[in-house]
Amino acid sequence: MWSFIHKLGSPKWFYRISAKLQPWFWVAAAGLIVVGTVWGLLFAPADYQQGNSFRIIYVHVPAAFLAQSIFVSMAVAGLVFMVWKIKVADMAAAVMAPLGAAMTFVSLFSGAVWGVPTWGTWWMWDARLTSMLILLFLYLGVIALRGAFTSRDSASRAASVLAMVGVINIPIIKYSVDWWYTLHQPATFTITSRPAMPMDMWLPLLIMVLGFYSFFIALTLMRTRNEILRRESNKRWVRELVEGAK
Amino acid sequence: MLQPETAKLAPGLKPHLKEPSENLLLALKATLKRDLVLMLRRRGEVLNPLVFFALVITLFPIGISPDPELLAIIAPGLLWVAALLAALLSLDSLFRSDYDDGSLEQLLLAPQPLSALALAKVAVHWLLTGLPLALMAPILGIMLALPGGSYVVLAVSLALGSAILSLIGAIGAALTVGLARGGVLLSLLVLPLYIPVLIFGAGAVQAAIAGDPVTAHLAILGALLAVALMLAPWAIAASLRISING
Amino acid sequence: MAFDSFAEFIAMGGHGPYVWSSWAITLLLILVLVWHARVERRQLVEGLKRRARREQARQQQGDSQATLYPVDQGGSS
Repeated sequence: MWSFIHKLGSPKWFYRISAKLQPWFWVAAAGLIVVGTVWGLLFAPADYQQGNSFRIIYVHVPAAFLAQSIFVSMAVAGLVFMVWKIKVADMAAAVMAPLGAAMTFVSLFSGAVWGVPTWGTWWMWDARLTSMLILLFLYLGVIALRGAFTSRDSASRAASVLAMVGVINIPIIKYSVDWWYTLHQPATFTITSRPAMPMDMWLPLLIMVLGFYSFFIALTLMRTRNEILRRESNKRWVRELVEGAK
Repeated sequence: MLQPETAKLAPGLKPHLKEPSENLLLALKATLKRDLVLMLRRRGEVLNPLVFFALVITLFPIGISPDPELLAIIAPGLLWVAALLAALLSLDSLFRSDYDDGSLEQLLLAPQPLSALALAKVAVHWLLTGLPLALMAPILGIMLALPGGSYVVLAVSLALGSAILSLIGAIGAALTVGLARGGVLLSLLVLPLYIPVLIFGAGAVQAAIAGDPVTAHLAILGALLAVALMLAPWAIAASLRISING
Repeated sequence: MAFDSFAEFIAMGGHGPYVWSSWAITLLLILVLVWHARVERRQLVEGLKRRARREQARQQQGDSQATLYPVDQGGSS
């Protein structure tokens, strides 16, 4: 176990193993997202209440899931970096932040667009949308903090601390916003929580969620590899790799 | 090695030294005293947030409407938001002058745990910012036609809440103290984390106006304070180390 | 199939603009992220190769070989 962690911590080893893993995740991501898209847009039945506008769920929910999971992954990577000084963990955390912010934006955008046919307005201070907006600010804070330091090591450690502080706060923020919302807007129709979705609505959603997660893993592997090339450009193995690829 | 530093930390105390563990109380007292004296000598810095608070509260009736009925509805939120921004304004100077004159490094070198000493600094910050804001809020509440029966709750919720704000804010201040333009970044890092405190603080005042029991709100604020007291000192200490050594 | 005709599929029962704009933005952003990662990788590898060539050329400076890499002499990293 320990030797595995330390092996994983070596950029050279990670670069090699990720090259083998990466294609599988890309294939899974592309396949699942294509199947989910066709199924969700063409074959899933229309919702009895919202009609066809409910098809936004197939991008809104996976993006929202990913937005939250990426923040947690980023904090875990930060913890691993702070405790074991594993550089690859920090590289992964660094490339996860923009992806997470992008996914948060997607879920906010699709939620706002969904609001027009459902609520008749572009923006409603709905509990989920509000927590998502706060999550976007948390992502922007982490990205901005990492960019503000000139020394890479300080930037990495500061971003790790902030991600960990953020991840402790996310459940508190989420519960307090939920509580605030129920206090001010009792019994309003929330767009995504519904009782017992039928199977042929629910399955494409599961496929899309899995596809989005595969995409997240594939893109993180790819960009972590880029980050390794950038930060380890002076190492001998990177040079040999480049000369070999010539 | 110990002697001159402790002497510098505590100008009023004779440098007769015991074991470091026994010195923790001494060091805490010295840090408290030093910060209090320093802050009281720079009265402008203590007064600035209070003046800011009063000014922002003055802007709202001018910007919205002088109608007391309308003001009474929005007063709890206004007072809380304005106090929160005033507390935020004062954060940047929390570690700034100590960082500039090098005494922060002495704090890091001290044999006593940095988290405890940082907590003492935060306590002074709350004593000279959060507490005065809480005591001043009822007066501004009168000007905003805040309904009777909520004044005590306003002061108590602000006193409790601003302690949490100081603790969370100190993490942000410690992360950005080494950066040239840390002030703007600080608000981006800290404001999203302030949202639960705002929700329960303003909620307590609104509950008091509505005649509902407020103990639940205050208890949640107290619980948040307990969590912040447990976790924030470590995060502040880690952040200070990053800012100084990085 | 939930739709009888292609026109109905595009219209989405009157909700077309909302459904299609959400999907377009999402899929576009995914494609942009992939494209960005690929461009980033290509640039990094090219930068590393350029640097390797330049260092090789520097080692062989004075040799007749050096003239083989005239472009890289003044190139920036």
